Amino acid sequence: MSNARTVGTIAALTLREASRRRVLLALAGLTVVLLVLSGWGFSRFAAEQGGGALTSGEGRLTASILLNLVMFGFSLIAALGTAFLAGPTLAGETESGIALAVLARPIRRSAVLLGKWLGLVIFGTGFVLLAGLAQCVVVWVTTDYWPPDVVAALVLLAAQTTVLLTLAVLLSTAISPMASGVVAVGLFGATWVAGVVGAIGASLDNDAVARVGTVSRMLLPTDGLWRGAMHAFQDPSALIEFGGQEAEAFPFLSPAPLTAVYIAWVVVWVAMVWGLAATSFVRKDL
Amino acid sequence: MVATEAADLVAGLPPAPAIWCSGLRRRYGRRQAVDDVSLEVGRGEVVGLLGPNGAGKTTVIKMLLGLVRPDAGEAMLLGRPATDPAARARVGYLPELFRYQPWLSATEVVALHVRLLGVDVPAAEQRGLLELVGLGERGADRVGGFSKGMQQRLGLAVALVARPELVVLDEPTSALDPLGRVDVRDLVLSLRSRGVAVLLNSHLIGEVERVCDRVVILDRGRVAASGTLTELLGRRELRLRLTGLSPAAEARLAATGDVERADDWFTVALPADDDGTAVPDLVRDLVALGSRVHAVEPARISLEERLLGILRAGEGGDE
Repeated sequence: MSNARTVGTIAALTLREASRRRVLLALAGLTVVLLVLSGWGFSRFAAEQGGGALTSGEGRLTASILLNLVMFGFSLIAALGTAFLAGPTLAGETESGIALAVLARPIRRSAVLLGKWLGLVIFGTGFVLLAGLAQCVVVWVTTDYWPPDVVAALVLLAAQTTVLLTLAVLLSTAISPMASGVVAVGLFGATWVAGVVGAIGASLDNDAVARVGTVSRMLLPTDGLWRGAMHAFQDPSALIEFGGQEAEAFPFLSPAPLTAVYIAWVVVWVAMVWGLAATSFVRKDL
Repeated sequence: MVATEAADLVAGLPPAPAIWCSGLRRRYGRRQAVDDVSLEVGRGEVVGLLGPNGAGKTTVIKMLLGLVRPDAGEAMLLGRPATDPAARARVGYLPELFRYQPWLSATEVVALHVRLLGVDVPAAEQRGLLELVGLGERGADRVGGFSKGMQQRLGLAVALVARPELVVLDEPTSALDPLGRVDVRDLVLSLRSRGVAVLLNSHLIGEVERVCDRVVILDRGRVAASGTLTELLGRRELRLRLTGLSPAAEARLAATGDVERADDWFTVALPADDDGTAVPDLVRDLVALGSRVHAVEPARISLEERLLGILRAGEGGDE
C-alpha cells in the first residue's frame, strides 16, 4: 500500500477520533465560554469608551491588549487540547495494544506517524483559525477594532499550535500519554514565562536576562511565534501609546514582527523534532 | 531465452514457506527473552506454539510481524523479509492484547483495516466476516461498549479481512466462552482446508492437539522440541476389552504389535507406518476368529503429558 494512502487514512482516523472523543466537546465548550465572556467584556469596554473616558489612542491600546489577552487564552486552550490529544493517540494506543493490530498491517510506521501528526495539525490549526477569527469578529462587532494583519496573526497562532503538538508527538513516542501532555504544556508555560523574563531584561537593557527569552525562543519556538502573532493583532500605535520601549516588558504587547530567519528556524525546528519522533517511533518495541 | 528458463525455474520452485525464521534473539534488560529460535511454517500448515508463561512465544510472534526488533537473526514471511512491510500484505494477526479503537464501530474497524491493506474488499464480504465471528448483529455498535470476548471476536474478523495466506493467532480464545472456543477451532480447521497457514499460540493444549499439524514447544526462549504430533507423541496404542479369545485370535493380536494384558483389557502397540487400516482390520479379524469385542479405545500419551515431560526435563537439565 502506498505511503500517501496510509498517511491519508491515519490522518482521517485521527480527525475522527478527535471529533468523537470528548476533546472536541470540551474545546467547543471552552471556546464558546471565552467568546461570550470576552464579547461581554468588550461591549462593557466599548460603552466606557463611548462615554468619553478614553481617547481613541487609549481605546485602540486597550482593545489591542485585551485582544492579545483573550488570544492567549485561546492559544492555551489549543495547547492543552492538542497536547492531551497527541498523548492518547500515540502513547495511549501503544500502551493499550490498539497499535499492535494497526502496525501489523503492510504499512510503514513513519507513514502512520505522519498521518497522526497531520490529523492533529489539521485539528489544532483548524480550531485556532476558527476560534481566533470568531474572536476577531466579536471584537470588531463590539468595539469596531480590527487587527492590522489578521491573516498573519492567525497563521502564526496556528504555527504555534503545530510546534507544540509536534513536541507532544515526540514526547508521546517516548513517555506515557499523560506525562507527555503534562510535559508539553509545562514546557509551553515555561517558555512563555522565560519570554516575559527576557522581555523585562530587554526593557532594562540587561543582556544576560534578555538572553533567557532569546534562548528559550530558539529551543521551543512557541513563545516566539506567539509574540509575532501578538504584534499582528495589536494596533501599530499601541506601543507608542503604552510608552515605547517600556512596552517591551509588558507580556501582552509585542515590540516587533518576526524575522524571516526566525520563521525559517521554526520550519527547521518542526522538521527536526518530527524526524526525532519518527526515529523514536520506528525503533519502538510494541 | 535464458530469462525465460530462469523464470520457468523460479515458477517451478515450491512456494516459500509461510514463516521462516532463523536464530532469532531478543534480550530485555538482563533477561534473554528469546534465544536462538528458528522455526518454519509451511504453506497451508497449522503449527501450534506451546510453552509456559514467559517462554517467549509472544515475543517471537511480534518479531515475525515486525512489531519488536530482534537483536539477531532473520525472518521471512511468505517469501519476503519480515522487515519489509509488504511481507505482511497477506498476513492476518490477532494480538494477545486485542484492543480496537473504542470510538469506532465494529464495521468501521474492519473498514479501517481494509483501507490500511489497500485492497478492495466488498462491503458484503466485510459484513460476512463479522457474521462469521458472531458479530453480525453488533456491526454498528461502538467497540468501546464491547465485552472482552466480543473484542476478541472482532480481532478474529480483523485478522481474516486480509484474505490472508498466513494467520497468526496469539491466544485466540483467552476471552472466549466454550462455544467461542469451538468456533475458533472450526475457524482454524476451515482455514487449513483452504490452504491458509496458521501459527497458533495457545495455552489450551487440547485445542492445539485437535487442530495442529505440527507443534513447536518453547521454553525459556529456546525451542525445547518440535515436530509433528506423531513424532512428538511417539507410538500409538490401542486398548481393547475382549472375551472369548481363541489362541488364533491371540496370535492375530500379537502379529499387530507388542501386547500387554490386564484381565480382559489388552493394550496393543500399533505399527508406526499405519495408514489407518490397522485398527479396523484387527477388529474385523478378531470378530471373525470368534472373539467378543466389548471396547476399542485409542490410547495415546497426551500432548499435555508430553509437554510437561519436556518442560520438566528442561528444568532438570539446568540443575
